[in-house]
Amino acid sequence: MQKVKNKWRKFASEILILAAIFTLVQYLVTAGLLNQYFQINLASMCINVILAVSLSLINGFTGQLSLGHAGFMAVGAYVAAIMTNMLDLPFIIGILAACLAAGLAGFIIGVPTLRLKGDYLAIATLALGEIIRVTLQNIDYVNGPAGIMGISKLSTWPWLFGGVVLTVVVIVNLVNSSYGRAIISVREDEVAAELMGINTTKYKVLAFAIGAMFAGLAGALYAHYFYIIKPETFNFLKSFDILVMVVLGGLGSTTGAIIAAVSITALTAALQPFPAIRMILYALILIIVMIYRPQGLMGNKELSMKTFGRIWGGRN
Amino acid sequence: MDEINLMEISNLDKSFGGLSAVQDFNFQIAENELVGLIGPNGAGKTTVFNLITGVYKPDKGSIMFKGENLVGLLPYTICARGVARTFQNIRLFNDLTVLDNVKIATHKDVPYGLMGAILRSPGFFRGEEEIEKEALKYLEIFNLKDKKDELAKNLPYGEQRRIEIVRALATKPLLLILDEPAAGMNPQETQDLMELIRYIRHEFNLTILLIEHDMSLVMGVCERLYVLDYGQVIAEGPPAEIRSNKRVIEAYLGEDVG
Repeated sequence: MQKVKNKWRKFASEILILAAIFTLVQYLVTAGLLNQYFQINLASMCINVILAVSLSLINGFTGQLSLGHAGFMAVGAYVAAIMTNMLDLPFIIGILAACLAAGLAGFIIGVPTLRLKGDYLAIATLALGEIIRVTLQNIDYVNGPAGIMGISKLSTWPWLFGGVVLTVVVIVNLVNSSYGRAIISVREDEVAAELMGINTTKYKVLAFAIGAMFAGLAGALYAHYFYIIKPETFNFLKSFDILVMVVLGGLGSTTGAIIAAVSITALTAALQPFPAIRMILYALILIIVMIYRPQGLMGNKELSMKTFGRIWGGRN
Repeated sequence: MDEINLMEISNLDKSFGGLSAVQDFNFQIAENELVGLIGPNGAGKTTVFNLITGVYKPDKGSIMFKGENLVGLLPYTICARGVARTFQNIRLFNDLTVLDNVKIATHKDVPYGLMGAILRSPGFFRGEEEIEKEALKYLEIFNLKDKKDELAKNLPYGEQRRIEIVRALATKPLLLILDEPAAGMNPQETQDLMELIRYIRHEFNLTILLIEHDMSLVMGVCERLYVLDYGQVIAEGPPAEIRSNKRVIEAYLGEDVG
């Protein structure tokens, strides 16, 4: 009985905190207290959190080094833009189509490539991400290298916030279930997992497809915030950016990925006025973190209410 | 005789490149039997285990388990049919807790669906409770319940070996295959392990096949032994017979049969 009560209390407090954050930002936006600069960075943060959390499912929990995440983001961005801009369909249809298309792309790419391990998989996914980009560059329907312009700005705060919450809830719930344990066992020891009755191929592809699906969501939100998408935006450097967030946050930690995505986005924004030293400082921070905390900021631990409770004064 | 054999292996061959690892291997194990597979280092014992569990594919031969040929099946489906094993070099999920290690082994019978997990349906919570209860039950038997929240890698060697057995048991096997369960254990630990093997065999109505170097363990618990040398069975029979078998002594000590 106590357990059930705790469960509901936890659930209620989570809803309350989320609602508070949402309302606060919504108020700041509508009241005009948040200027354009902050709003853009807030949107970037949300999109990056979705990207980092979804890649962390593939890289952190499943242990499959994927370098093609930007490719799936591109699929989502283009499919959503085509839906809304060219076919005049509602945003929600665009988002759903984007998720579906990116998830499907993840599935199709995952089936053959996930037989590969480590470096080989990394190279294969890197190549496939580039193939997606080059393909887009050569399709006239989406204006080739020029990309799609004049996409309506539909990614408002509620959509962005909803996207983040949906991504985090789905991935956290998945990871903390028997299916998630199966996924993690693949990372820990694939041979042992297979012999303990885990269909490792199935779970690798599943994680890859779900991760790709949310990258598609991020792409859709991106396209409808920044008006314009072109293939060049989704090159392998973008994939690396996302990978850096995941590694910095700690492989196998969702909260780590969130913290890293938020802080790297903030850092990039803060360094905008100093383009010369920006990359240097960025690299330096990475090197320092990797030397002194090679397991990433969070390792494979999660930050939870319980952690705060402990810090607060040993309660809970 | 045929109906009561749980597993029957005939004419199994496996070579790596030009090296023949297992040659014309024939083997039967009856339900509830406890059989040992012994032989000098490099004799092909672990290869036999890898062939049975689907890690390697045999070049020739058949592995009949409950009337079905296991050859060509993937390891996870072989596990689902009731064959579980431990590893010579411990292969636990190191960064996970002891409890999670055991829970993973119950995954093949997961009582709720993927959507149930993502949407946190009532079935999910019921299922998770069931899984936890089940995993704790196994840990309790092995006196590891109070270690459930420790990371597997942080436990001492002997306990890691026991967790491997717990994990294999949690897949609910009919045939349990133990690859050198006593490796690196001291005589007392080996003694305890023997008791444990006897106990789980009766408690779970198991058929057990084990590879072992420790002769006291093998002679103590096994009812029948197969002796492998250079990939071939050189002797088969009850321990007492094997002990005095000249070819076995020769294989182990390298003496001439005079």
